[in-house]
Amino acid sequence: MPETEYTLSELENIANKLRLHVVEMTYAARSGHPGGSLSAADMITALYFKFMKHDPQNPAWEDRDRFVLSKGHVAPILYAALAESGYFPVEDLLTLRSIGSKLQGHPVRGKVPGVEMSTGSLGQGLSMACGIALAGKMDGKDYKTICMLGDGELQEGQNWEAAMFARQAGLTNLIAIVDRNRLQITGDTEAAVGLEPLPEKWKAFGWNVIIIDGHNMRQNLEALDKAAAAKTRPTVIIMKTVKGKGVSFMENNAGFHGKACNDEEQQRAIAELQAVIQ
Amino acid sequence: MTGEKLAQRNYYGKALAELATENPNVVVMDADLAGSTKTSDFQKVCPERFVEVGIAESNMIGIAAGLAASGKTVFASTFGVFATGRCWEQIRLGVAYPKLNVKIVASHCGISVGEDGASHQALEDIAIMRSLPNMVVIAPADAYETYAATKALAAYNGPAYMRMGRADFPTILEPDVKFEIGKATVLREGADVTIVGCGQMVSSCLEAAESLASEGIEAEVINMSTIKPLDRETLIASVSKTGCCVTAEEHSIIGGLGSAVAEVLCESACVPLERVGTKDTFGESGKPADLMVKYGLTTEDIVVAAKLSISRK
Repeated sequence: MPETEYTLSELENIANKLRLHVVEMTYAARSGHPGGSLSAADMITALYFKFMKHDPQNPAWEDRDRFVLSKGHVAPILYAALAESGYFPVEDLLTLRSIGSKLQGHPVRGKVPGVEMSTGSLGQGLSMACGIALAGKMDGKDYKTICMLGDGELQEGQNWEAAMFARQAGLTNLIAIVDRNRLQITGDTEAAVGLEPLPEKWKAFGWNVIIIDGHNMRQNLEALDKAAAAKTRPTVIIMKTVKGKGVSFMENNAGFHGKACNDEEQQRAIAELQAVIQ
Repeated sequence: MTGEKLAQRNYYGKALAELATENPNVVVMDADLAGSTKTSDFQKVCPERFVEVGIAESNMIGIAAGLAASGKTVFASTFGVFATGRCWEQIRLGVAYPKLNVKIVASHCGISVGEDGASHQALEDIAIMRSLPNMVVIAPADAYETYAATKALAAYNGPAYMRMGRADFPTILEPDVKFEIGKATVLREGADVTIVGCGQMVSSCLEAAESLASEGIEAEVINMSTIKPLDRETLIASVSKTGCCVTAEEHSIIGGLGSAVAEVLCESACVPLERVGTKDTFGESGKPADLMVKYGLTTEDIVVAAKLSISRK
């Protein structure tokens, strides 16, 4: 379990360090998904460095909280958080996507310490998280299961099968987090197949809905605590975010959904992030 | 030679109900078809470890993966078409890739589903499940072997698919038959032709061997109840003796038992092979027996195939 109790500003600083890792990893791999990694960075930090009970020295600890990254393409931000938490050496991050590396393009259970489920094909993580949460209930455990979803990913119908099931099975120990950055590969989610009114959809499926600014660390932590206290329904946190957050030319730019920086962009990205890291 | 007619799914349900007390890790799931797949027999005795997901097979597989990742031994059941085709990619990513302990057990496989028609007749399930790395594929020959295979699957830690028919059909094995994953059994010895069957076609293979014997042809009959991993040794030993082979399955000849046997024969023991199965076609509604005739899945079809195979030696 994390031994340090980080302050808000320390957590914000960690989030930016993770962002720097994302940019460096994807640049080294010459591929990967920086945009959605950067939008999720603050919440991932809130989870791994404050909210979740977990032990990097004992990834199989029975009572740990479980995290499922349904938007598996943002593996870089997950790997960065796992490495900085101590699951594996930070130097390994630069092996992302290279042959023989445990850091596959999308997360693989059993290859990377701390990765709970294999994901990457969208729309499946919430079902898996339901299964983990259900096992927790069956076994009388009080761990939480947290599942992070992309917003475009919610176009996959299986999410709504899982949402119905979670309510039916009373999975109050399940927290879904939607990274609402409003961009998918082709652009605006609402121009592709619109998701709005998104909060009302989740409410109609029987979930508690919390809407936050996903780049506000205090709001992230408060939302997680509130979700953890749910007594009757599963909770979804819809976090409004900016795709590419933290690197000016990546922000709100769907072009960086699945593309790494070129040499010149890389210099700028590193300079911008280093300027805000303490 | 054939015994009482029994439905495989009834013996699946019986084995599950026993597993409820034998193995506290077993969780059973269904997608609104528990009464048909007989997972309801488990539900009756162990409702706390039975999971109804509604009509949502993809979600069922994802939940199964999550349960298995949390230490459960999961049996997830529905009809064959839905259990494999509807959620093949969920099985691929969630179950096969991370080698999770999920058993997908399907009823209503094959054309003998009958009146429901092609939408409900799984004739491609072996092919698509066999193509997945880490996946074991089993088609037991009768109700007794289904019971034994269910128990064997509960003891095996890894992904597996087992297919069952809908109808009652003849039992051919002993009620206490043993089942070992990956082990074929020679049910009848003969030197002229090897007949390899799986599922309810094994009973027809034995009848075909009887018929051939009356004409002086001695057929060796192998129950290949595990299609993956295929028991190469038993197959190769048999065809080395007989010099020709026939496969019989209630499944497409593309990708199923016939293809699996062909792969081994072409690589390791090249002998003439004839495949009895559906010939790249969908089924249709009708009485099971009439469909078996129309689609070339009878004892007589196996006899004809055996003679053809022998003639090609």
